[in-house]
Amino acid sequence: MKGLLEHIGIEVGRLHFSWISSAEATKFVEVAEAVVEEVRILGPAKFLIKKRAKVA
Amino acid sequence: MLEYSEKIREIAGKLLKKGTVDVFIGYRKGTVPMMNAPVLIRNPEEVNLLHWDSHCALNLCNYITKRTDKMGIVANGCNSRNIVTHVIENQIRREQLYIVGVPCTGMINHRAVERAVGLREILEVGERDGRFTVSGRDFEETFDKKDFLQTNCAICTHRNPVEYDEMVAEPVEEQKKVDAYKDVEKTEKMSSEQKWGFFTRAISNCIRCYACREACPLCYCPTCFVDESRPQWVGKSIDPTDTMTFHILRAYHCAGRCTDCGACERACPVGIPVRQFTKKLNKDAQELFSWETGLDLDQRPPLDVYRPDDYNAFIR
Repeated sequence: MKGLLEHIGIEVGRLHFSWISSAEATKFVEVAEAVVEEVRILGPAKFLIKKRAKVA
Repeated sequence: MLEYSEKIREIAGKLLKKGTVDVFIGYRKGTVPMMNAPVLIRNPEEVNLLHWDSHCALNLCNYITKRTDKMGIVANGCNSRNIVTHVIENQIRREQLYIVGVPCTGMINHRAVERAVGLREILEVGERDGRFTVSGRDFEETFDKKDFLQTNCAICTHRNPVEYDEMVAEPVEEQKKVDAYKDVEKTEKMSSEQKWGFFTRAISNCIRCYACREACPLCYCPTCFVDESRPQWVGKSIDPTDTMTFHILRAYHCAGRCTDCGACERACPVGIPVRQFTKKLNKDAQELFSWETGLDLDQRPPLDVYRPDDYNAFIR
């Protein structure tokens, strides 16, 4: 899935996968912080955004 | 090719008369040139409808899903791989099928032929020894078949059926040294912006007719995710984002299952290179899981088994 989305043009670093057990609170924090940081660097999404239809 | 038709008719007649099969699934000549249609035959007297030439590019595997009777079916390389996939996915039992294997030398891209004759109306098409002739009211032209192969056939490495009960002819020589993923690699080298632009342009003509889905033997869900309304997963209009979502998900549902038979691209009325989506997944399946679809009845596909050494570099 990651491979396909990145092939289509979703930036590398926008999509993340992880497996975190409910007992792994510290891992959750680490992953969440890392994801937020990486996505922040990329900035707002440019692709695959549904715009609201223009109403005259 | 004509001798293939004869042989297919002979085998179908024999099977239907003996009662080995209840129905025989093959191709018949279409009502317009270069468009052969699938046909299901029950009556042995109707076997003369059956036909085989280089325009049998729709995938017959669509018609066997969940049937309960005994079937005879014509299958070339890719179709036979789809049959194997159907058996693996429990859509049909192997015992129900009598597979008539056809060695295939590729199908002709009808759009390329139409362009080559300057969009003049083609009324008749015939072929012989690797060449084919198209004619219309005031023209006749002959081409080399190998220059007009469908793009998936040009890179095919499984021309002979992998699973069959009877062959109509000796196997043909397989193509070697084909660079199957040249186009995918080219796209892989692009930047994210370029990739997005490439795929957005590719699907910009999509009218959401779902012909690609209907033509695909893998798409056998009773209700497709695009048709569901409770919940509605994806918008139904031709909004570019919804259309892209459809194409991404349609392709992803084929991951590790696609045999690159090209039916989707052939069926598309607006000529979208639909295979550019699925090919990337085929390439990944091959590179990450050493998997080629539908070659073996006893092997489970990569996405339904777990191995400790599975590719998992993408998981944190």
